[in-house]
Amino acid sequence: MSEAELIPALSPEEVVEIESEISHLPDRQSAAIDALMIVQKHRGWVSDESLSAIANLIGMSTAELDGVATFYNLIYRQPVGRHVISMCDSVSCYVMGADGLAKDLEAKLGIRFGETTPDERFTLLPIVCLGACDKAPTMQIDEDLIESVSADRLDEIFEKYT
Amino acid sequence: MSSLDTKPLTGRVEEVGGPVFLADYEASGGYVAARKAITQMTPSEVIDEVKDSNLRGRGGAGFPTGTKWGFVPPGPSPDGGVKYLVCNGDEMEPGTFKDRWLISNNPHSLIEGMLIGAYAIGATKAYVFLRGEYFEPKAKLAKAIDEAKAAGYLGDGLFGSDFDLDLRIHSSGGRYICGEETALLNALEGKRAQPRNKPPFPPASGAWGRPTIVNNVETYCNVPSIIEKGADWYRDLGLTEDAGTKIYGVSGRVNQPGLWELPIGTTIREIIDEHAGGMQDGYHLRGLLPGGASTDFLVEEHFDLAMDYGTIQAAGSRMGTGTMILMDDSICPVDMSRNLQHFFAQESCGFCTPCREGLPWIESLLLDIEEGRGQPGDLEILDQNAQYIGAPGNTFCLHATGAIEPLQSALKYFRDDFERHIVEGKCPYRTNGNA
Amino acid sequence: MATFTVDGKQYEAAAGTNLLQAILSQSLDLPYFCWHPAMGSVGACRQCAVIQYQDAEDERGRLTMACMTDVQEGMIVSVEAAHARDFRASVIEWLMENHPHDCPVCEEGGECHLQDMTVMTGHSVRRYRDKKRTWENQDLGPFIGHEMNRCITCYRCVRFYQDYAGGTDLGALGSRDRMFFGRVEDGVLESEFAGNLVEVCPTGVFTDKPFAQSYTRKWDLQSAAAICPGCSVGCNTFASERYGELRRIHNRYHNDLNKYFICDRGRFGSHFVNSQKRIRHAAVKADDGVFEYGDIDAALNRAVELLKSDDVVGIGSPRASMEANHALRQLVGEENFSRGLSESDRVVIDQACSILMKGGFRVPSVTEVEDADVTFVIGEDISNTAPRIALAIRQATRNVSYEMAKTANIPLWQDAGVRGHAQHERNPLYIAASNSTRLDDIAEAIVNGTSDGIAQIASQIASQISGTSHENAFIQSVAQALLAAERPLLVTGTSSRDPNVLKASAAIAWALRAKGKEPALIIAGSEANSFDAVVTCEGVTLAEALTRMADGARAVILENDVYRRAPADVVDRALTGTGGLIALDVVENETVANANVVLPAASYAEQTGSFVNYETRAQRFYQVFQPKDDILPAWQWLSTLASRIGKTDASWATVDEVTRSTLAKLPGIDATLEELAPTKDFRIEGDHRVARQTHRYSGRTAMDADVSVHEPKAPLDNETPYSYSMEGQNPGDQNGSVIPYSWSPGWNSNQSIFKFQAEVNGDLLGQSGGKRLFDVPLEPDAEIDKEFDFSITEVTRNANDGLVPFPVHDVFGSDELSAQSWPVAKRAKGPYVVIHPSDASALNATSGSGVRSDALVGSFEVVLDERVQTGSVGVAVGLNGRTEIPDEGIELVIDPNFEPRQLGDERVIAKS
Ligand SMILES: Cc1cc2nc3c(=O)[nH]c(=O)nc-3n(C[C@H](O)[C@H](O)[C@H](O)COP(=O)(O)O)c2cc1C
Ligand code: SF4
Ligand code: FES
Repeated sequence: MSEAELIPALSPEEVVEIESEISHLPDRQSAAIDALMIVQKHRGWVSDESLSAIANLIGMSTAELDGVATFYNLIYRQPVGRHVISMCDSVSCYVMGADGLAKDLEAKLGIRFGETTPDERFTLLPIVCLGACDKAPTMQIDEDLIESVSADRLDEIFEKYT
Repeated sequence: MSSLDTKPLTGRVEEVGGPVFLADYEASGGYVAARKAITQMTPSEVIDEVKDSNLRGRGGAGFPTGTKWGFVPPGPSPDGGVKYLVCNGDEMEPGTFKDRWLISNNPHSLIEGMLIGAYAIGATKAYVFLRGEYFEPKAKLAKAIDEAKAAGYLGDGLFGSDFDLDLRIHSSGGRYICGEETALLNALEGKRAQPRNKPPFPPASGAWGRPTIVNNVETYCNVPSIIEKGADWYRDLGLTEDAGTKIYGVSGRVNQPGLWELPIGTTIREIIDEHAGGMQDGYHLRGLLPGGASTDFLVEEHFDLAMDYGTIQAAGSRMGTGTMILMDDSICPVDMSRNLQHFFAQESCGFCTPCREGLPWIESLLLDIEEGRGQPGDLEILDQNAQYIGAPGNTFCLHATGAIEPLQSALKYFRDDFERHIVEGKCPYRTNGNA
Repeated sequence: MATFTVDGKQYEAAAGTNLLQAILSQSLDLPYFCWHPAMGSVGACRQCAVIQYQDAEDERGRLTMACMTDVQEGMIVSVEAAHARDFRASVIEWLMENHPHDCPVCEEGGECHLQDMTVMTGHSVRRYRDKKRTWENQDLGPFIGHEMNRCITCYRCVRFYQDYAGGTDLGALGSRDRMFFGRVEDGVLESEFAGNLVEVCPTGVFTDKPFAQSYTRKWDLQSAAAICPGCSVGCNTFASERYGELRRIHNRYHNDLNKYFICDRGRFGSHFVNSQKRIRHAAVKADDGVFEYGDIDAALNRAVELLKSDDVVGIGSPRASMEANHALRQLVGEENFSRGLSESDRVVIDQACSILMKGGFRVPSVTEVEDADVTFVIGEDISNTAPRIALAIRQATRNVSYEMAKTANIPLWQDAGVRGHAQHERNPLYIAASNSTRLDDIAEAIVNGTSDGIAQIASQIASQISGTSHENAFIQSVAQALLAAERPLLVTGTSSRDPNVLKASAAIAWALRAKGKEPALIIAGSEANSFDAVVTCEGVTLAEALTRMADGARAVILENDVYRRAPADVVDRALTGTGGLIALDVVENETVANANVVLPAASYAEQTGSFVNYETRAQRFYQVFQPKDDILPAWQWLSTLASRIGKTDASWATVDEVTRSTLAKLPGIDATLEELAPTKDFRIEGDHRVARQTHRYSGRTAMDADVSVHEPKAPLDNETPYSYSMEGQNPGDQNGSVIPYSWSPGWNSNQSIFKFQAEVNGDLLGQSGGKRLFDVPLEPDAEIDKEFDFSITEVTRNANDGLVPFPVHDVFGSDELSAQSWPVAKRAKGPYVVIHPSDASALNATSGSGVRSDALVGSFEVVLDERVQTGSVGVAVGLNGRTEIPDEGIELVIDPNFEPRQLGDERVIAKS
């Protein structure tokens, strides 16, 4: 059981952070995306309970906030592993062999894109161009950009993420 | 001659040999331009200078920056409301990697450019709309903003004037469409990032219904040197009728992929051969997307053209972001098109029909063709869809228009490849390793 | 006006309209999806593409979306150009990629806007060969079915539900080609306007769930123009029948009233017509107290016997037609006639009457409500009592956004642009209420209290306007805003049952008048014909009538369960003491059970008649189908009785004659039947009747095949302009007030309504329905100031012991007949009380606990509401079969055996 499940839908700390965002905006609803990202930063994803709590806090309906949450790629409405691997599948990386690498990655982790390893260590997701096309193929693990990825480097790359 | 005279965007970074923070920035004349603008020039003089410089937006569309600024109603709003200045740092156009570099390496030039822009239009609130995945650039920009605040370059009563500016970073929730400036404004307001209709144009009614200017990172980075050294100097930097320098980039099978600040109008061949070190051994260049995924393919016959707005447009494409993606002879044009259309279909906001439903159909047809299931007539369906989806105005925003550019040009230049797939019932490139 | 050319022909349009609207206003065909006449354009579907040419020389032109283009002088466009046609066919091809080919089993089939547009564009061959996307559907409650696979992502549902109606629990989820329109999780759609999704959705995503239970194609429905019997607004509806059952209600456009939308009480509240508890046979109570059914003559003979007395009272009803009330009054004589209003209703209605007749205030139509720039809702929970007005108030708060848009050069039809530019700016709406209301979310300021407090505040606002200064910020800001307004609107109603609320509201209007303003004032009643009572005089009050009955008077009670209108002990005495009771009603109830003679009365769908709405607009509803069994229109029973006892002035041959007689009797009002509605003699050019059945009506010969193989003879209609067959026409272009359904060649869906309008959003062609009995504005009565006493300080209720009760009206369940409609019964809450959390905790009650009181019938669920004043309790009326509540404070105690009503519980909520 993860820590997030033990704490309420919105922790005091999260509320403080969200309120701070709101204080810089013309209205509370404008903090919708920030608030979702703040909660995700703390918990890895945004649960239904947190979603309602955020909606309440910023004065928006849950349906409308879920409309926002489900629009954006970086907001996870389902639990993810301890680390999220986002592998670029856009054209520059494609040209540099990303499709083959993607297969290697799936084989290495034993999961498909969109899945989480059974030990909850990694979630593997595709992502669009990471803006480092001169170092293709690229991927991002959590907040780290990893350039010039090749199949033989994967073990060494993953080491850091336990 | 300092490298700043020929490389206003990257010169400092070259000299410092890494990211430029406040001390280095100030040491090389940083914030002199902002001081000059705010203490010695009127807002309209600033706008005129930028107009004279012929600076055009570096976000892809190439709209003249000064002209855009001039659309904002001058002076304080009659109702006392704020105006906003926004930097578009969303950079999700595949193959584009210049804004990440600029923000990470030269954040103060962005801040200074925005400061001048804000002064010019009378904005007191500014946002950098940054890609959510740009953690490192965000940290560096945040550091630079803190430095600038501490040094009195951001905040209230700047340079002893009564001009205030509050500048904040907004991290995106991640969607390519957020880069479209009106969708960006919806995202900034915490909404679903569907594009808005124009009119109203953002300078009349933008963020939170207020007058708003949106410009690209690179666009703003050009502004300080224009104010400091003048429009004439800036215009003269360009080799052709366009002004200034441009950050060009190359990705693909070249020896040294990367970015270079060069006079605008440098030829494609020079960029690839001299700066990117030419093609890797064993690879031959067949075509390229000159300025990101949403630009039309150019082929051999175009490689000696100057990379500027007009020339590339005349060749049937767009300079776009100026970062080119090379297609070498190992790449199957059908499969590359499929990759591109996958991106555009997936990033469609879902608002208008042709984009939402048309692009996935195109993607699925391309996959069929690539995997040997193509049927006679498929190319006609592709042509027809390209024609109907691609014409500006047929879709709600330019996302779908951009999606069709590489497709229609691929269908034109690489039609044989498409036909062979259908006739042979397989991809002739599959044996080449890149499948 | 701008002159523009479409395919070589010149037309005119008001400058500032969009091209799509202008083209449709000319009755030309141009496919569209995302545009809606009431909601403007967003440019999402790209279906309305036309070619626009720069000038006469331009041969290529440019493809443009008509809905996103302003009509301009000299504009040249083509709808027919090949490129535009091809593009439009392409749009359909895209939309059909994932759309299931399930028309044969789809509830929208035959009236599907997507079907129509598909046929219109000519797209027919499927080229897409990938799999279709599929969704899981949601259970959205008893009213609305959900079949997401049919969605074409036009965004109309969310635009209506969220943007237009202020609903919060339906949204647009997801993105790209994975757009989902629904709730975050399964559950009842909360908005009382959810039913409009059925008509707003151009395909079969949101469908009428009750209708689907015994589904009928639109072309197999027999329909006529009806008036909603749900409340005093009188929304116009299409009521449709098949096999002798009322099957469904759709919105019927009326430019001054409901336009495109009705509430869910109106849409789902008519299934009482088919209720198991319908009274179908005449009955006489035998000496052993058991009813003997089915002998009409016996019933009439017994009734005639009873009427042969000089002490007969007649009790009418605000839910019966104008004609039935009139017939009863004529039968028993005015001096013996009661309008059948409860004592508290009578007092407020009389107060309303004097304000309406003498005040000289403009009573705005629903459409005019939308024009208000400042609105003050006074003591009336209008979302529950007259929901359509609440929906209009919501629109009124958007007027400032149009002003802002004009300044910013944003076309007013550009919906998203107008909303985005205005952000949170709204026209001020002030609310004085006893509990939370569903307009609170858009209110500038709210004050809460019991009706005494509200009346007091309102009268202080009146005096503030007249120049006396008050400390209270709410009073000051409302007064200031109303004075600054160009089109101030006051909305009150009778549901608080406190005449002081009405008086004080009128005092505000009067004070504004004195300052040179022209305030509009709405007094909402709660029943379909409440305002007939305003114009109808009575000889005795209900209380007096009941007393006379207790003393032995005989009585005729018309469509009225008097147990809902007077204390049970009083009614008991009357029903025991009476020398005999003749009751006419639609659905069984306690009063009917106590009658000596029962005569089965037709529902509104089974007869022709009129209701008078809150504006005093008399409106005609027509018989949709002939009732079966012994059922007859109440006026007809009464007329028969009158002729049998030799009262010739109370007996008529046709309903038109009754209406004429009714109108002639109205004091000081000269209105003719012809002004009100087409008479039975109306014929469409070429001597056609209006066909209730569609041209494709099928199975007429097979309908009774289990009984007889012969085609039954279509009944003759001597009473209305309609025919009971497919013979005849839809009189769209000649008389909009009698169109039986909205249908036009190529336009099978209700979107066809534009073909019946003079222009989009304009009046219906020919006659638009109804006639206001008072013309407005009247001159105020010279003595008017004496009527309106600004100082209402007297507290009428005593709170010393217990909580002061006030009535709470619920759109689902408080109204007698709609509560007998099974979908509404499923949707409604059980009996409940609304109290402040602190009062609840004093009782040891929480949300959902059960309580009871000696002064109330049955147990109640506790609903907490911070806006309820401590020391008071809102009692939901009608849900326990009673509408009267005590005057004095009541004691609530926990009911340990209470079982809360579950959703979808089919237990009929009106007292059984
Ligand atoms: C689909 C789409 C995506 C875009 N993405 C970006 C982007 O990531 N960054 C950017 O600066 N401009 C982007 N643009 C262009 C912007 O809409 C806008 O033109 C630009 O930010 C204006 O700045 P400029 O005048 O400085 O170029 C995009 C446009 C479209 C249609
Ligand atoms: S073209 Fe249409 S669906 Fe595509 S991104 Fe733009 S508005 Fe959205
Ligand atoms: S009706 Fe015009 S775009 Fe939808």
